[in-house]
Amino acid sequence: MSLLELSDVQVHFPIKKGVFFDRTVGHVYAVDGVSLSVEAGQTYGLVGESGCGKTTLGRAILRLVDITNGEVVFDGTDLAKLPPEEMRRQRSRLQMVFQDPLGSLDPRQNIESTLAEGMEAHGIGADKAERRERILRILDKVGLPENSLSRYPHEFSGGQRQRIGIARALALEPDVIICDEPVSALDVSIQAQVVNLLEELQEELGLTYVVIAHDLAVVRHISDVIGVMYLGSLVEEAPSDALYAEPKHPYTRALMSAVPIPDPSVEDDRERILLQGDLPSPSSPPTGCRFHTRCPWKQDTLCDTERPVLTDLGDGHKVACHYAAEIAAGTVVRAGEAADEDDAKEGREPASVVAP
Amino acid sequence: MSTKTDKIDRLAELTAQSETSTGSSLWVEAMRRLRASKMAVIGGCIIGMFVILAVLGPWVAPYDPTAQLWRGEVRTNQGIFIGMRGENWFGLDHLARDQFSRILVGARQTLLVGIVSTLLGLAIGALIGTVSGAAATLGGKVGGRIDSVIMRFIDMMLALPSLLLAVSIAAMLGQSITTVMIAVGVVQIPIFARLLRGSMLAQGGSDYVLATRALGVRRRRIVLAHIVPNSLSPVIVQTTLSLATAIIEAAALSYLGLGNPDAAVPEWGVMLAQSQKYFDQAPMLAVYPALGIIITALGFTLLGEAMREALDPKLRS
Amino acid sequence: MALLSVDELSITFTGRGRRDIKAVSGVSFDVDQGQVVGLVGESGCGKSVTSLALMGLLPDRGVRLGGRAEFDGGDLLTMSQSRLRDLRGSQIAMIFQDPLSSLNPVVPIGVQVTEILSRHRGLKGAAARKEAAHLLDRVGIPDPTRRLKEYPHQLSGGMRQRALIAMAVACAPRLLIADEPTTALDVTIQAQILELLKELVDEEGTALLMITHDLGVVAGLCDEVNVLYAGKVVESAGRRALFEAPTHPYAHGLLGSIPRLDAPRGEPLKPIRGSINDRIDWADGCAFAPRCDSYTLECLSGAVELTEPREPAHHVRCVNPVLPAADVVGADVADADVADAADAAGADVADAADVASESPVAAAKKTEAPS
Repeated sequence: MSLLELSDVQVHFPIKKGVFFDRTVGHVYAVDGVSLSVEAGQTYGLVGESGCGKTTLGRAILRLVDITNGEVVFDGTDLAKLPPEEMRRQRSRLQMVFQDPLGSLDPRQNIESTLAEGMEAHGIGADKAERRERILRILDKVGLPENSLSRYPHEFSGGQRQRIGIARALALEPDVIICDEPVSALDVSIQAQVVNLLEELQEELGLTYVVIAHDLAVVRHISDVIGVMYLGSLVEEAPSDALYAEPKHPYTRALMSAVPIPDPSVEDDRERILLQGDLPSPSSPPTGCRFHTRCPWKQDTLCDTERPVLTDLGDGHKVACHYAAEIAAGTVVRAGEAADEDDAKEGREPASVVAP
Repeated sequence: MSTKTDKIDRLAELTAQSETSTGSSLWVEAMRRLRASKMAVIGGCIIGMFVILAVLGPWVAPYDPTAQLWRGEVRTNQGIFIGMRGENWFGLDHLARDQFSRILVGARQTLLVGIVSTLLGLAIGALIGTVSGAAATLGGKVGGRIDSVIMRFIDMMLALPSLLLAVSIAAMLGQSITTVMIAVGVVQIPIFARLLRGSMLAQGGSDYVLATRALGVRRRRIVLAHIVPNSLSPVIVQTTLSLATAIIEAAALSYLGLGNPDAAVPEWGVMLAQSQKYFDQAPMLAVYPALGIIITALGFTLLGEAMREALDPKLRS
Repeated sequence: MALLSVDELSITFTGRGRRDIKAVSGVSFDVDQGQVVGLVGESGCGKSVTSLALMGLLPDRGVRLGGRAEFDGGDLLTMSQSRLRDLRGSQIAMIFQDPLSSLNPVVPIGVQVTEILSRHRGLKGAAARKEAAHLLDRVGIPDPTRRLKEYPHQLSGGMRQRALIAMAVACAPRLLIADEPTTALDVTIQAQILELLKELVDEEGTALLMITHDLGVVAGLCDEVNVLYAGKVVESAGRRALFEAPTHPYAHGLLGSIPRLDAPRGEPLKPIRGSINDRIDWADGCAFAPRCDSYTLECLSGAVELTEPREPAHHVRCVNPVLPAADVVGADVADADVADAADAAGADVADAADVASESPVAAAKKTEAPS
């Protein structure tokens, strides 16, 4: 039994209009049926581009947004159905680290108060002195000096602020930490410090991570299992190395080929799969496979009529593509390859996409 | 070994100039910026003088402001007024009372009306704003409804011209200084309510509120300990600016004859109102209270503007 | 003769009642026709200010410029505003990071493009509209005639950046300055835009000055790379030379600290300790020394010059450059004490270095005291 199991989670945000009484005129299908499971002590990486719903999914796990449908089973309890007060108590076991280290800290709260707040809410630590002692231990763990206690967020550098954010999550001794873009707001040289810190903490405290990021390289570095999201649903899920070695979904392939690698000899010989056009609007997703409007491997049947489900192709490598096996075998080829068009032109082929 | 210590010493020497920060909160920093601002200093001085006048007025005034000590010297029907002179710095008013003493003593009334009415508006407005803001940010669907109802009501109040509202309140409650305070105060309520609610809404959507929710902190604490304190900056600025408008509005109401019926108690607005009859013969009688009103209003405005700059997060370096 | 030749550019911000801030202190580089030159560095290294200075977009007050920037026989830094205005758009064009805020939100895309065409190329009416549509098509915006009538907010991020590029290349400029052109975009869109920029350089012979923090982007695009740290070029080399043998400890450390998509899992990253706040004045020594693993007393005694320790045209500003032998054995061997200090201090130094109040020095001293 996995520590965290999501089944068919949906988060739909109503689009409202109206002068006096709001009337729902449509929905944004931010997360549209995601099932996944996270094993204790593991790191599950969620990647995808902006608008794919990865952040919303992360927040849905903590119920920071309302879950429209589906189950979030954590340690045997379905969080989606818990009454608010019980959910509040569960929060000590599931914590979150945010993208914007400064924005996620109250500018008028010093570090001691920031870190003590969660403990107070959950009755951890008998009195102020005991809590302070715990806070000092945590500060040491995340590599912040003792004199941080009385200081305020604006007095720290970006990397330090993220350490504070991590310390705040750790203060409650959670089982699971959801890291939403934990390093993307930081400078490159600082990113590595924070990534290493997260890994050290996991090893030391046996934490389970769900890491949400757009940077595939970071996710691959830190995760055991990676789920790739596109327009509200998972298109591929596989162990980190397997996903890199053999991406099976066309979107994953395109994504992977687009990530720049800081090595000219690799860069020069790489084959880029350029996608056409932009992400369709999540308020009116395409029929059938959500990716078919941009897919270089799109076929005339099935793709635009039937939504593929995530199927296990063996070894825990799951793909949601009707033609994954054929593409892997080479029997279905890219539109560009078949017609032998030059690559340059492909990039500016009209986007048959975008919501009407 | 020596090279190692040398090296570290040298590095220490070169990095020594980097300033150390020692836990100063945003309020402390805002105060520091405020003290460094010329506008704040001038505004503060004006307000300080005004407050001293208001407190000490009756004692430093050279004459009894209600006594017609020079009766006979002023003949309004013949157009004879007494202007500035040695014993009466600002001359005499139409009833032969010392104008300087009246201005000094009048400061107290004016300040009282300004402060009480603004505090009234602030207290009720902030309360309504907090309820509405809290309901809108963390109250879910029901909260949204509550917020809508409150805000439509506030919109209605805003839609009425403020002076008209004040005049009707004054007309309902009768003529008195309390009426003026209530009237001016009520007019301020929607301003404070809207401002605080808007500010809370913006804070409510911020990441740190989400982070606090994720910690499992109770909603009441999130509102009171996080959202409200972070939403106060614009309200504080508005309070200072409101003091200025409150003083002017109070004067306007007094001028319209809705203020203190006891004409003997000097008040700048009343003085201004009374002087208008003689404006062509003795314009200075209007100028003194008018200047008083303008300068104090300016003082509060300057301080308010300086505070806006000091508290504005965008100007934080 | 290079198309753009920047020589000892320095930019100092002189705020009222504040200490002067040296944003850029003595940066030199050349950009040739048809060449892509990269300025790489993290926030605060002075790369964006450099581009603004070259475009003449820095405010007059509170900024002191030094050095020269020769373009087409004139000095961009001292040129009159009217001449600069003529150059901008026609000869030099710029692409910014945030396409939305660089476009006028209340004017349709088409009007914004035709404005440039009429100003610099004298095209009017239907001719201008036709050319504008052609330009949008050129940068890969589908259905250009319809798009011309749309407002910036109606376009997606990638489309906006394309529109901005269309405006930049409207007058076939000889130099294109791109300041983090893909940072705000998703990777798949980034790939499209980079491809487009490459095409422009290859087909039109435009020179491109690419300003970015992303070494991956640099690796795929730039011919020459200048790595900036705290307002100075610390390493400058051809792309292959730089990536194969990063020689300045900063460039070396930066490459070591980036997780690579093609690297096997489980290898820990090697971060650079501390933050950009821990630095010393270039006049006193190497600004990177407080974060460097192999700094020596020599690093802290006066300005460090650019040298060519490895091969010609591979410039490095370092007293103890990372050389091939050092890669294997470790630079620390030369100075065993340093290795001790670094190891003993270990995490403490790294963490404390990140803290403004406790300098890396203090931490190093603390750990050293018992020894």
